[in-house]
Amino acid sequence: MRKSFGDPVAEDLRFVVKSVVGEENFIEMVPNRSNNYCCGGGGGFLQAGYPEERRKYGEMKANQILSTGAGYCITPCHNCHSQIHDLSEIRDHPWQSVHLWTLICLSLGILGENEREYLGEDLKNVAVYGA
Amino acid sequence: MTEPAIKLGGKRRSVFLDKVKELLPEGGNLDLCLTCGACSSGCPATGIGGMDARKFLRMAALGLDEEVMKSEWAWHCTMCQRCIYVCPMKINIPQLVFYARQSWPREERPKGIRGSCDMALKNDTCSAMGATEEDFQFVVEDVLEEYREAQPDFKDMEAPVNKQGAYYFLNQNSREPVTEPDEMVPLWKILHLVGADWTYGTKGWAAENYCMFMADDESWKHIVEVKAKAVEDLGCKVWLNTE
Repeated sequence: MRKSFGDPVAEDLRFVVKSVVGEENFIEMVPNRSNNYCCGGGGGFLQAGYPEERRKYGEMKANQILSTGAGYCITPCHNCHSQIHDLSEIRDHPWQSVHLWTLICLSLGILGENEREYLGEDLKNVAVYGA
Repeated sequence: MTEPAIKLGGKRRSVFLDKVKELLPEGGNLDLCLTCGACSSGCPATGIGGMDARKFLRMAALGLDEEVMKSEWAWHCTMCQRCIYVCPMKINIPQLVFYARQSWPREERPKGIRGSCDMALKNDTCSAMGATEEDFQFVVEDVLEEYREAQPDFKDMEAPVNKQGAYYFLNQNSREPVTEPDEMVPLWKILHLVGADWTYGTKGWAAENYCMFMADDESWKHIVEVKAKAVEDLGCKVWLNTE
């Protein structure tokens, strides 16, 4: 969103995220906004056949995420989601990588048990719709 | 250990850089580099394969066309554009990288990207995973039916396919219908709750476009045109791409 429409649109998404997870649970990365770093999933890198180089590229993003101490990283873009999930996996999952739609529905109490692929154990059984 | 110095010949000039400049508005500012290194200092691709953004640009500027055009770094840079953002002269290095990719013979470009692009060209769904119009419609309808039955609050939820005149045309990354269809549902629920008038299309539904990453202009233009036509044919006002 930010890449295509600029920082002001990213502020709208911050409003959504804060509304969903609660202001006190939202942690900014450093640096953020247009100073933030690419995760390394885009530009075709995921399919380019250079996994070592791609993970080397992703170190900067992994360290950024680890520095926040956050348990969840929201990744609305598919390329980012795959890359950030992979960066977490090779480190034995210090964080969960989730789509924004998952957290929106979780906060609304309408997320069913089969829609929780990317939630961690701490949220797997929280407010399960239909349970 | 330092690397042996690259020798610059007296007669070499950068045909590549001149060609790229012709293609870019105001030459992409490619001549304006102050060599400050702001681009490289904040770039995650710095050092991969011994290359970085400044070096890549300087090599082009110094006429090392062959070295630039065969550097695999063109595929290690994601063209994220942060270097333009931090550059005092707003030099468009990612576009230089794009044209470097384009200078590779098509059959030598990364197999994975090429395969995904070629697959997307096979039918009008534009799916890089090869999902057909029938596959997509079946999965959407099947999953919808299942959730309508299992979750009573959503018995009226819709996931329309080819709904003429819908306000939003929604794209979907191939990964969901092909490998994790349940992941489509949270998005449908949100659209249902807000009362959005939306539709998928059997044509042009796939959000991804690997032909762009391939720097294959003709192909990625084709993909965009197929998708745009699908949106227009259904008379939708807004095209939403979740990619």
